[in-house]
Amino acid sequence: MTTPLLERHLGLDHRVSLRPEPFGALAYHSGNRRLIFLRQADVVNVVRSLDDHDTVADALRSCGVAASRWPAFVAALESLLRSEVLRERVLAD
Amino acid sequence: MSASSLTDELKGGLDAPICLTWELTYACNLACVHCLSSSGRRDPDELSTTEAKAVIDELRALQVFYVNLGGGEPMIRRDFFELVSYCTDHHIGVKFSTNGTLLTADAARRLTAMAGLDVQISLDGVDAGTNDLVRGPGSYDTARRAMDRLADAGFGPFKVSVVVTRQNVGQLDDFKALADSYGAQLRVTRLRPSGRGADSWHLLHPTNAQQHQIYRWLLVHSDPRSASPVLTGDSFFHLNALGESLPGLNMCGAGRVVCLIDPVGDVYACPFVIHDQFKAGSVRDAGGFTAVWRHSDLFRELRQPASAGACASCGSYDACQGGCMAAKFFTGLPLDGPDPECVHGYGEAQLAGVSAGSAPRPAADHSRPVTLRTSPVRSTREPARHVH
Repeated sequence: MTTPLLERHLGLDHRVSLRPEPFGALAYHSGNRRLIFLRQADVVNVVRSLDDHDTVADALRSCGVAASRWPAFVAALESLLRSEVLRERVLAD
Repeated sequence: MSASSLTDELKGGLDAPICLTWELTYACNLACVHCLSSSGRRDPDELSTTEAKAVIDELRALQVFYVNLGGGEPMIRRDFFELVSYCTDHHIGVKFSTNGTLLTADAARRLTAMAGLDVQISLDGVDAGTNDLVRGPGSYDTARRAMDRLADAGFGPFKVSVVVTRQNVGQLDDFKALADSYGAQLRVTRLRPSGRGADSWHLLHPTNAQQHQIYRWLLVHSDPRSASPVLTGDSFFHLNALGESLPGLNMCGAGRVVCLIDPVGDVYACPFVIHDQFKAGSVRDAGGFTAVWRHSDLFRELRQPASAGACASCGSYDACQGGCMAAKFFTGLPLDGPDPECVHGYGEAQLAGVSAGSAPRPAADHSRPVTLRTSPVRSTREPARHVH
C-alpha cells in the first residue's frame, strides 16, 4: 500500500524552529508566525529525521514506526505540510 | 491537537518562554500619554552591551523563538543594531517597536538587509489630530515618514502597530487601508492602564459599545485565512465573552509563556505589569534569566490554575478567562474578578466602587518632567470629565 505522501521528499521548512517540550515539541514558523503543537514524541522524531531520508516512507522505516501506524503518521505529516511546518524538498539528482 | 489541550499545557508554563518583550531602554524622545513603561529618561543602570549579549546567549540556549524589542525608543541605544544582529545571528527572531523618529533612510536600508527581523511602527491615529493627541505633536508625521522610508528601502511587509482607543476606534478600516497601501500588516492591540496609561486610561479606553464594535471588526479582519489578517498579539481575548472566539491562544500568558525584561534587567510577568508585585527577579541575579523563569516564586504561582473568583458564576468565564490581569490590577480591581472592560459590564460596575487613588501605582517611572501645555491632551486629562 502506498499513498503519494509516503513517496514524497519532505523536510522541515527552514523558517521553522522546533523546540522539545515535556509533551512533545513546539514548532514556531517565523514566516506565518504560527505556533504549532506536536504532542507525540515519535511524530517529532520522524519530523526531525525527514531531512536525512529521501522519502517519508524511508523516514518512518528508519524511526521504527510499525506499518499499522503509518496511516496515522501520514495524516499528522499532511497536517504539518498544510501548516507549512514541512516543505517539499527538491532532491539533487 | 485541539486548541483547548494546547492552552492547558501552556497555562502550566513552559521551560522557556515562547517569546518575550525586552524593553532595551527607558529613554524616549516622545512622551506618549499611554506609555506602558512610563519612559522618557534613560536609567543609568541599564544593561550594558556585554550584559545584553549574555542575556541573548541565554535566550538562545533556551530556544526562545523571538523577542519583541521595545522601550522607550529602542533605536536610541547606540548598540541597537549590534544587539539586533546578535539576536538574529543566533537564530532568535526579532520584532521591534519604534516610534520611527530615528528611522533614517540609512537605517531603513540597514534593517532591510537583515534577515529574521520585523519592524512595527507605532501609530495611534490615521490623522495627525487623532495620533498626536496621544503620541505628541509631530509624531504622526515622523511615523509616516518612517513608513515611507521602509517602503522606499524595499523592506517588505512591516507592521503598523495601533493601540485601540476611544478616539481611534472609528478609524479601524482606515488603519487597514493605510497599512494595505504600504503593503504592510496592521497590528492592533488593547490599551492597558499601565505606566502613564494609568492616568489616561479612563479617557482613552474604548466604551462598552466600542468593545462590541472592535469584536465584530476583529472577527472579520483577524481571521488567519483572510488575505492580509490583522494581528492582535492575542490581546483582545476579553472580548471572546461576546461569542465565537477570536483567533489566538485565548489565555493570559504572563509568566507562563511570555514575560518582560526591563532596561535594567528586571524580569516582570508581562510588559503591562511593571510593579514590584509582578517582579520575578533580575537577569543579574545568580542563575540569570533562566533561573528567574524556571524557579521564581511569582512565576510558579502564575502557573497554578487560576480561580475564577467573582466570575465563577458567569457563563462567559471559559471564553474570556476573566480578562487581563494588568487591566484589573492598575484599575484597583481584584485579580480574581471581572476585567474593567468586561463586555457584560461587570467590571464597570466594580470600578464604580474603587475609591479614588486606591489603585496601585505603576513603578519605575522614568517620565521626563512635565511641562505645562494647553494642548487638547492636557485638557482631556482633567478629572472633571471622568464618566463611568
